[in-house]
Amino acid sequence: MKIIDCPVIGPRPAAEFTYGGAVGAPPVEDPTPDQLAEHVFYRAGAPGVLREWWYHRPTGRWFVLERNTATNDILRTVEPEEVAYAIPML
Amino acid sequence: MSLHLLKLGLKGTDDEPRFFPQPGELKSHYDVVIIGGGGHGLACAYYLARDHGIRNVAVLEQGYLGGGNTGRNTTIVRSNYLTPEGVRFYDASLRLFQDLSEDLDINLFYSTRGHYTLAHSDDAMRTMRWRAEVNRHQGVESHVVDRDYVTQAIPGLDPDCGGSQPVMGALYHAPGAVARHDAVAWGYGRAAAARGVELHQKTRVTGIQQSGGRVRGVTTDRGTIECDSVISMVAGSTPIITDMVGLPTPIEIFPLQACVTEPVKPFLNTIVVSGSLHLYLSQSSRGELVMGAAVDPFVLHSTRSTFGFVEGLADNIVDLMPFTSRLRVVRQWAGMSDLTPDFAPIMGTTPLSGFYLDAGWGTWGFKATPISGKTMAETVATGRNHELIEPFRYSRFRDFELVGEKGAASVGH
Ligand SMILES: Cc1cc2nc3c(=O)[nH]c(=O)nc-3n(C[C@H](O)[C@H](O)[C@H](O)COP(=O)(O)OP(=O)(O)OC[C@H]3O[C@@H](n4cnc5c(N)ncnc54)[C@H](O)[C@@H]3O)c2cc1C
Repeated sequence: MKIIDCPVIGPRPAAEFTYGGAVGAPPVEDPTPDQLAEHVFYRAGAPGVLREWWYHRPTGRWFVLERNTATNDILRTVEPEEVAYAIPML
Repeated sequence: MSLHLLKLGLKGTDDEPRFFPQPGELKSHYDVVIIGGGGHGLACAYYLARDHGIRNVAVLEQGYLGGGNTGRNTTIVRSNYLTPEGVRFYDASLRLFQDLSEDLDINLFYSTRGHYTLAHSDDAMRTMRWRAEVNRHQGVESHVVDRDYVTQAIPGLDPDCGGSQPVMGALYHAPGAVARHDAVAWGYGRAAAARGVELHQKTRVTGIQQSGGRVRGVTTDRGTIECDSVISMVAGSTPIITDMVGLPTPIEIFPLQACVTEPVKPFLNTIVVSGSLHLYLSQSSRGELVMGAAVDPFVLHSTRSTFGFVEGLADNIVDLMPFTSRLRVVRQWAGMSDLTPDFAPIMGTTPLSGFYLDAGWGTWGFKATPISGKTMAETVATGRNHELIEPFRYSRFRDFELVGEKGAASVGH
């Protein structure tokens, strides 16, 4: 993966992007300590397909990619609607 | 040339004793199965047999002994960490390292070099003072030194770093050392095998059996084994193993790369780390500069190398040591680092009875090889976490009792 297909302006060198980690479920309201620890610390660490936040620095945009963490192949760009559930309601 | 060598040249080596005995088939039952034949697995097997008389032990290694992160690291041994728990633990390891060559009867090329962590900002100087205080409080020799001292102590250094990030001072840690990583694995492996432990290479664990809240055995690509205890010591493969038993962890895998230059005359007798420039280096006994940086910027389960790594490192090293612009990089490689959120390991008992974890070694676990083997062996023998590893217990994230070592472990490994 030397090139990432930026949804905003097309293929760009991977060095222009910042990794934002896996897209997680939103925190639940009034979590128990266990739920809080899970949300803050625990991760799916095994190889597989992850949905991840990526940031394209020059255009200042965040977006979500599906990437295979064993092969480093990017499978697709995820539409914002598909991950909207992951954005906490304020 | 010795006569013996001449004889071997003529006769061949077939009749020579093997370094490791060839084990036969897997037995149907072992008291303890250790997954992973890296330094940690082999050290643990050794201490189980030597200190606790537990000899019915199998080490199962999917590839070859020491072929994981043990054979890929840049071999820095130090104890100048940030937390009292960390300093105590790594210092105990460093002390074991100091006479390990005699203990294992193998030359580990253990070489005390001194270790400088450069500070290029007021913030970094504050962290160095903090570390020095914590270290000395635990009886570990670390001092803050000023810019002039650093300039004299490190040959070839440009204290202005090309003008962009001038060096203000450093944390000097006298016991900092390097050792031969392969020999650590081989020495522990041979000594464990001599005490009856079986070392099975090319044997991959593919599943773990449990019933009634207890571990019962493991499945491998060479058949099934019953056992009373399983210790997972697989570093970069940890999440695959913990998924087999349904234990969630905070571990994420990031590649860590390193490289060496062509050999040059010995000139650098100390280890140099710069957090701000994201690099560290030492000179090997062969004369190569061994250089590395922080982990790659995203999760990946792969040991591929990238040009971007060498490019980024070179950009900074020529600022720090301008003469290195004349050197050529001859080799680069990578390992898979099992990172935790607090940059401390996860060790000891788990909610699954008989299943023990030794993981989260990220970029810093080579130096811990002796003490992790020793404390894990005692933990398995007694069923209770050794006091040195209790702060690193599996439940610490749910207890919100993290051991924050990032300031001492993210670039300097
Ligand atoms: C480039 C680099 C530089 C580093 N520099 C330093 C340093 O300077 N100082 C320091 O202290 N640390 C350093 N480290 C970290 C250090 O190398 C590791 O933390 C340490 O070696 C871990 O040892 P281990 O025995 O736990 O794991 P490993 O040596 O990785 O051994 C684990 C073994 O488990 C095997 N395995 C995995 N899955 C299975 C399975 N299913 N069945 C059977 N076997 C399996 C693997 O093949 C492997 O051989 C560095 C790491 C890297 C990558």
